[in-house]
Amino acid sequence: MADAQGGRSLVVDAVTHRYPSGALAVENINLDIKGGEIIALLGPSGCGKTTLLRIIAGFIAQTQGRIIIGDDIVDALPPNRRAVGIVFQNYALFPHLSISENVAYGLAARGIDKATRQREAQRLLDLVQLPTMSERLPRQLSGGQQQRVALARALAIKPSILLLDEPFAALDKNLRLDMQIEVKRLQRVSGITTLIVTHDQEEALSMADRVAVLSHGKLEQFGSPSDVYDRPQTLFVNTFVGASNRMPGVVVSADRTAAKVRLDAGAEIIARPAGGALAEGGRVTVCIRPEHLQFVGDETGFAGVVGMSLPLGATVVHEVTTADGSGVKISQARIGETRTLESGAAVRLAPLAPSLANAFPATL
Amino acid sequence: MGAAPASRDVTSYRMGLAAPLALFFLVFFVAPLLQLLWLSLHNDTAAVHWGLGQYLQFLTDPFSLSVLGSTLLLGAEVTAVCLVLGFPIAWFYQRVGPRLQTIIILIVLLPLLTSVVVRTFAWIVILGRQGIINATLQSLGIIDTPIKLLYTQFGVVIALAQVQMPLMTLPLITALGRIDSNLDDASCSLGAGSWRTFFKIVLPLSLPGVIAGCTLTYAAAITAFITQSLIGGGQMLFMPMYLYQQASTLQNWPFASAISIIFLLAVLAVVSVFTTLGRLSRGYGGA
Repeated sequence: MADAQGGRSLVVDAVTHRYPSGALAVENINLDIKGGEIIALLGPSGCGKTTLLRIIAGFIAQTQGRIIIGDDIVDALPPNRRAVGIVFQNYALFPHLSISENVAYGLAARGIDKATRQREAQRLLDLVQLPTMSERLPRQLSGGQQQRVALARALAIKPSILLLDEPFAALDKNLRLDMQIEVKRLQRVSGITTLIVTHDQEEALSMADRVAVLSHGKLEQFGSPSDVYDRPQTLFVNTFVGASNRMPGVVVSADRTAAKVRLDAGAEIIARPAGGALAEGGRVTVCIRPEHLQFVGDETGFAGVVGMSLPLGATVVHEVTTADGSGVKISQARIGETRTLESGAAVRLAPLAPSLANAFPATL
Repeated sequence: MGAAPASRDVTSYRMGLAAPLALFFLVFFVAPLLQLLWLSLHNDTAAVHWGLGQYLQFLTDPFSLSVLGSTLLLGAEVTAVCLVLGFPIAWFYQRVGPRLQTIIILIVLLPLLTSVVVRTFAWIVILGRQGIINATLQSLGIIDTPIKLLYTQFGVVIALAQVQMPLMTLPLITALGRIDSNLDDASCSLGAGSWRTFFKIVLPLSLPGVIAGCTLTYAAAITAFITQSLIGGGQMLFMPMYLYQQASTLQNWPFASAISIIFLLAVLAVVSVFTTLGRLSRGYGGA
């Protein structure tokens, strides 16, 4: 794209928002986003991610903190003067306007003449691969096509930031993957700094350069997808992103890089102190992902009884009940013949490596 | 075509249920209307001689035409006042909390809960020579002598607008409520100010409600016999009263019938103009 902008940086500086009722929607959020990055705001519903998006767009005035786009503090600007492009979850296309009128709407609002508007709308419709749809009405288009139009409409105003609110939630699975690729392609071409709000961790991990995980209005972790997945900083991140077994235990000894934990399930294992230093004798929760557990033949690891084996295509998941009565899942790649285990079989389990078990101070 | 007999059965079943209403309409609406038409096609009051004399008399009489004209104009004025006042109420309603919504709905519906006669007499009290408005203006020293509000076109329009307001506001509230609030945000984020958003998005999408509200208000305003007569007094004559005088006082039934038919056609013409306007604009209901 000839008019590709470098992409402006976006800084969310200590933003706090309180509802009129006094409840906190988001609390002290700090994000430093470089120009041209794709960022995912990931969290369960009600975690404040949509509120944060609406604060950046200017629809909500935050109680405290600043929003800085490029070099400008935009807090005083109303949404129509922030040049922030938004794709809404339901696309919010204007139902009474044709596709090209929808795309050209933002240009008309800027007083650009009709011929230029039409040319620009056509160029954007070519870009989103809908060159022949310009005269149709939104309701005559499929969901995926409507989303492309919504993207074209948002890009038409050459926004400094592009915000996508749960953009793929309404699409079926195959179409979703196509659109994710499409959005990533358009983002790479235009170089626009992009923020995707989502509750879908796969979407966040696959699309974003960096992922901001939110829970109850607080930023839990802001890092690369592999940081978030492999080196979670909080128990919430560890359990929300990817599946994880939570096993309670007591710290036997600990230093900055490793902790020896006595699991209630009955084994001593080495775990990584993921959320900061751990106190000896303190209770912890150890998180181990199902794919990071292995069956062991010797007396290391903890004992359990197989409850059920589920062959899930490429992997087989075994449900194991440990000595303290809690359930643990272990997932194995399906290599060669399927290894299903008899229900009631006694097994011993251990983490593949100490760095793959994360210990967090137990919250009461 | 295996399903055809079944579907025909379902249809005939439904038609059967509509029969009582159809019969009611036939006896109490279609039959009287045909009788009216039959009557209007007679030149004498005894309805013996056939002819178009009554219609010719109405259409060549400047006085009759002026009554028709001022009635249609009255309807237009009342509709305009209701639209201009009702739209902000409906717009406001969609943007406030549920408690305030209940209060607004109550205020909007209140005129419907009291008798037309009572409401009209209230307006006489307000608009009269010693009424609330004149008394207030005089005590404030703004005017020396009472201004004439009662028995004026202005008075009739204001009173009718208040009486017919729910007919405008309720369809508008429904129409505005159907508009996705994300469209407002989308328009705003694309750089449009509130006026552009209103004229390009909100107004076009609320047109079905505007058309419905205007049609109802217009039809109600021009046929509002009681309010027109009481507020307009003897000095202002509108079609319903004209019709009443011809039929009841002068016993000229054929002429009264002709007036009815002409009035009916004039109203149908105005309503079809509203409908066409709605169809021309590309609202939801359009294409």
